[in-house]
Amino acid sequence: MSELLTKSRARNVFYGGSIFFVVVFVALTAQSHRHIVDKATAGMPLTEEVRLGKHVWERNSCINCHTLHGEGAYFAPEVGNVMTRWGAQDDPELAYEMLDGWMQAQPSGIEGRRQMPHFEITEEEMRALAEFLRWADQTDTQNWPPNDAG
Amino acid sequence: MKYQSQKVAYAYFLVAMALFGIQVLGGLLAGWIYVSPNTLSEVLPFNVIRMIHTNALIVWLLLGFFGAAYYLVPEESEREIFSVKLAYIQLAILVVGTLGAVGSYLVGIHGGREFLEQPLWVKFGILVAAVIFLVNVSLTFLAGRKTAITNILMMGLWLLCLLWVFAFINPDNLSLDKMYWWMVVHLWVEATWELVMAAILGFLMLKLTGVDREVIEKWLYVIVATALFSGILGTGHHFYWIGTPGYWQWIGSIFSTFEVVPFFAMMSFAFVMVWKGRKNHPNKAALLWSLGSSTVAFFGAGVWGFLHTLHGVNFYTHGTQITAAHGHLAFYGAYVALNLAMFSYAMPLLRNRAPYNQVLNMASFWLMTGGMAFMTFTLTFAGTIQTHMQRIVGDYYMDVQDQLGLFYLMRFGSGVAVVLGAILFIYSMLVVRREVVKPGPVIKDAAIPGE
Repeated sequence: MSELLTKSRARNVFYGGSIFFVVVFVALTAQSHRHIVDKATAGMPLTEEVRLGKHVWERNSCINCHTLHGEGAYFAPEVGNVMTRWGAQDDPELAYEMLDGWMQAQPSGIEGRRQMPHFEITEEEMRALAEFLRWADQTDTQNWPPNDAG
Repeated sequence: MKYQSQKVAYAYFLVAMALFGIQVLGGLLAGWIYVSPNTLSEVLPFNVIRMIHTNALIVWLLLGFFGAAYYLVPEESEREIFSVKLAYIQLAILVVGTLGAVGSYLVGIHGGREFLEQPLWVKFGILVAAVIFLVNVSLTFLAGRKTAITNILMMGLWLLCLLWVFAFINPDNLSLDKMYWWMVVHLWVEATWELVMAAILGFLMLKLTGVDREVIEKWLYVIVATALFSGILGTGHHFYWIGTPGYWQWIGSIFSTFEVVPFFAMMSFAFVMVWKGRKNHPNKAALLWSLGSSTVAFFGAGVWGFLHTLHGVNFYTHGTQITAAHGHLAFYGAYVALNLAMFSYAMPLLRNRAPYNQVLNMASFWLMTGGMAFMTFTLTFAGTIQTHMQRIVGDYYMDVQDQLGLFYLMRFGSGVAVVLGAILFIYSMLVVRREVVKPGPVIKDAAIPGE
């Protein structure tokens, strides 16, 4: 092995191979980008309201308790399919009411129960957040999660 | 310490250890909230504590890498660092940025992309610090002797700094956001950081075992080749369920299976070098941490990563406590332990003294490693039950969590062991000023067999 694989050969394989895999990865990423925009998330328009909802989601760092499409913290339920779970995926008004009702009731203060903080969110922002969660829910996630429990 | 400017590393290591302390205390608090959920719930919610826990970890590991680079680049390049002043300015920017980030989190100002929650000005600060660092280290590197260790280290550091650009790219489309987010997160810990890890491990092996440089460097190129060949397309294992095309399920499964290879190679490398070298280096603690790091990285990143990386398995385990189990052991083995190996090796030299108190340091290794292993087991059991109840049976999330209390209690206990280990490590590095356990006499002829 020591004669066949010299240090400079090992180095050249490393550089050459890495460049090859970077090129493949960039090409697949570009294709995936198009797939996401044209197909996977095309079921619902990416409106200003959805954008605002995403900012509300980010500003309150929801991801550090919840998961969204399985990514995030594992302290609180999955919300990528929460609108389906609530039966509100096709009903924007119901989606808003369910979300608002839930969030206004927090924190529950029940002893021994995980506590969701109270967030100061305007009605416009709450509606946007509901739309954002509906928008996330319509994404083609290859049928993940396995069931409505998330 | 052969070059005066290596001393810069000392300041980096001190700040890194302080943040390490904050990180594990934050983790302990978060672990306690799983046991007793009402703790601080109105004052300091779980999401803020978790941000401090993860961000402190990332920053201290980076500070450790920067410090390690400032320590080993002069020695490998055989010259002083281009500018000591720039190195301290870089550190000052990072300290201000870190304190600024923690302060903002505590008053509720933060972003919402996991691990990248830093306010924009902090992100720019990190960018400026990264540029300063690259200029400083590259000029040192270019002017001096070039070795495989510094080649690989520089490549890893350049790429990880360049990938930071994706921290600023946040598309409105959630799926695009997620896809580009992984360009920082995955391509850091499962590609570029592995290059840094391999380079530092190579340097430690060179110093601790005395094996011929030519042998070490050839191994290193093979290791980093397997790391990037598997790790780049291995990004696909994060693209199963976020809106990306279905073909990633196959690409991700196949290539991330091969991600075990570099970790197995690093473990084999470390043990083979120690066996071949037979050098009786006085710093046994650094050797223990080096071997421990490569071994735990193999289990945490390699075995526990493979456990849930195949898409047919991941469909059920994605986003459960299985992920948490893997994340903890992988980060601990690959990056925490490696940094502590470097600190253990370099601190005595930076302070110009013999490596005292190795027994305390080694005890801290077993405390921390035992604690992390136990934590990984409890979380894996919790995750297994969660996967079954939630993903197969279809029980609701909180109903399932209510069944996992015993595991979270045991996890908290293992967290206590880790925190005690961390405190003992820092104590053995900084406080004790003389030998606590007297070593036996040195046997001159190393060939004398034991009985």
